[in-house]
Amino acid sequence: MTDTIIPSIEKYIAAQILKQPNRKISADEPLISSGLIDSFSLMDLALFVEDTFSVRIEDTELNANTFDNLTQLASLIESRRS
Amino acid sequence: MTIFPERLKALHSRTPERVAVYLQFPSWDDLPLTYDQLLRGASAYARTLEREGIQPGEVVVLILQHGEDLVYSFWGAILHGAIPSIMPFLTEKLSPERYRADLSALISVTKPAAIVTYPEFEEEIRAALQEGDSVRSVMVTNRVESQADVDFASLKGFQRRPDDIVLLQHSSGTTGLQKGVALSHQAVFNQLNSYGQSLSLTEKDVIASWLPLYHDMGLIAGFLMPILSGIPLVIMSPFDWVRAPYRLLQSISKYHGTLTWLPNFAYNFCAQKIRDRHIEGVDLSSLRAVINCSEPVRWESHLAFYERFKNHGLKFEALQTSYAMAENVFGVTQSRLGSVPVVEEIDREAFMVERVAKSPFDGRPAMKMMSSGQPLEDVKVKAVDENGKEVLERVIGELALQSDCMLTGYFNRPDLTEKVFRDGWYLTGDYGYVSNGEVFVSGRKKDMIIVGGKNIYPQDLESLTYEVPGVHAGRSVAFGMFDEMQGTEDVVIIAEVDSEDAVEQQKIADAIRLHVTKNSAIALRYVRVVGPKWILKTSSGKTARSANKDKFLREFEEGKGI
Repeated sequence: MTDTIIPSIEKYIAAQILKQPNRKISADEPLISSGLIDSFSLMDLALFVEDTFSVRIEDTELNANTFDNLTQLASLIESRRS
Repeated sequence: MTIFPERLKALHSRTPERVAVYLQFPSWDDLPLTYDQLLRGASAYARTLEREGIQPGEVVVLILQHGEDLVYSFWGAILHGAIPSIMPFLTEKLSPERYRADLSALISVTKPAAIVTYPEFEEEIRAALQEGDSVRSVMVTNRVESQADVDFASLKGFQRRPDDIVLLQHSSGTTGLQKGVALSHQAVFNQLNSYGQSLSLTEKDVIASWLPLYHDMGLIAGFLMPILSGIPLVIMSPFDWVRAPYRLLQSISKYHGTLTWLPNFAYNFCAQKIRDRHIEGVDLSSLRAVINCSEPVRWESHLAFYERFKNHGLKFEALQTSYAMAENVFGVTQSRLGSVPVVEEIDREAFMVERVAKSPFDGRPAMKMMSSGQPLEDVKVKAVDENGKEVLERVIGELALQSDCMLTGYFNRPDLTEKVFRDGWYLTGDYGYVSNGEVFVSGRKKDMIIVGGKNIYPQDLESLTYEVPGVHAGRSVAFGMFDEMQGTEDVVIIAEVDSEDAVEQQKIADAIRLHVTKNSAIALRYVRVVGPKWILKTSSGKTARSANKDKFLREFEEGKGI
């Protein structure tokens, strides 16, 4: 499952948040602690994840402790789905 | 004529048990503070300042997060007669080194005698201090005197005069922190009187806010005005709001909030991001006004907000506008409550070329302008040309103002103060026009970028870009680009490098994004790295931000560079 989750989120972040559709984001690249995704965009990302993968992410979880890279976000999504 | 401590004392003696502030937190119950608690907490801070040898008239910088200590220390400084100035707290996004540099910049100009912070942050503060600087005391929150009954006679703040400086307001960033807007007791009270009048403020009002207190909108509308007017304030941290914007609506519903202030982007943000499940049963019918302020106001944003929340009792005429700035304490204009702000269509070409707001000609492209309302009583606004001469109605000029609530000056910067006044008028740096008493703000003369209501100086971002290996000094431009979807500006940085190699350029773009974000806490939307000779220079060799912005936008529309 992770193999399809990661590319889909990567594509969303590159195109919608960073506005660089061709940009590659490695699975362990820090997203939040690095400042790549700011708090406003983080909300967009959470809504995208909720809608795309039918899982819930609570607002208290929107921080670097919950997930800070694609791998961590993908496993969070998987754990919610199961 | 009065001073802050006298007003607080009067409120305290009249209604000591009335709640002044409800502090809200994400994970525990709301904390109500009555005027009695507020004054007890504040006077403990005042006694601590006394103990530390801080004199009335000296500046005290507060580096604290949302919570009791911030409230108490602010009013404690006031009760002691010292001048509080709130500095943003370090966030995980900002590098500690940069924070230290910003703090040093603040200290060098503002020359505070004391800094108040948490014990766990003391070391960070001390690292920014230098031998021989003005700071004599780093006061930590766990070494504050204990709370006791308030002894008004011993508080030195009661000896202040109405025209003494009561507080400083800074805007953010390295440049902003060196420019503290100094306001007197009298100026703030004059503003509260005229602004309160324009809002028909009464003791039945309840103000709800998530705005940071280091910003004029948060400090004045979302802190001083309610507390000094005996109006309950319900306040949450901006960091909690951004993760859960629905909480503000829940608070309004719970406390029957009547007034709230939002920068334009927040209308879009709330309309787009709030889920139904979070606002079930939320009732917004108590709202008399949601005031759009501190960045350009957009009719489309009002429509989106109304559409999203109309089923929750929101009244369309509750959506209001205001034009405000720290130099005038806060409000300059306010739309008339109870009716929809004036909206008009103007001819785009006449606006761009002739600089006049005309009715649209048949079939030509038009643009919508929403009025920011009429000047407050005791505030005069006019649009002037480059010679400072007033222009005709509907002609675009720089907005200039005169009032009885102007700043005393930029603190310790008479040079800057002198520059912004011309023949007794304060030049705002904003463009706009006046029509039938209504003020329409149409753009900015200065290159300032406004993102989410926050003012950003492009030169700060450009200097940071030069620190990235591969970027030459003088070869970067930063500017804002309006984003229809977000209802605010996106930050764009263009940097010129020697390499024409796409992979190498991408690497540098990533490095710029990380470095600038880490050192400014500002997220960049577009970072474009270009080859030699892309950036346009003026004849004197300076980068011309607007010319480069036009070039970027042209190429952007052609689909290049993204």
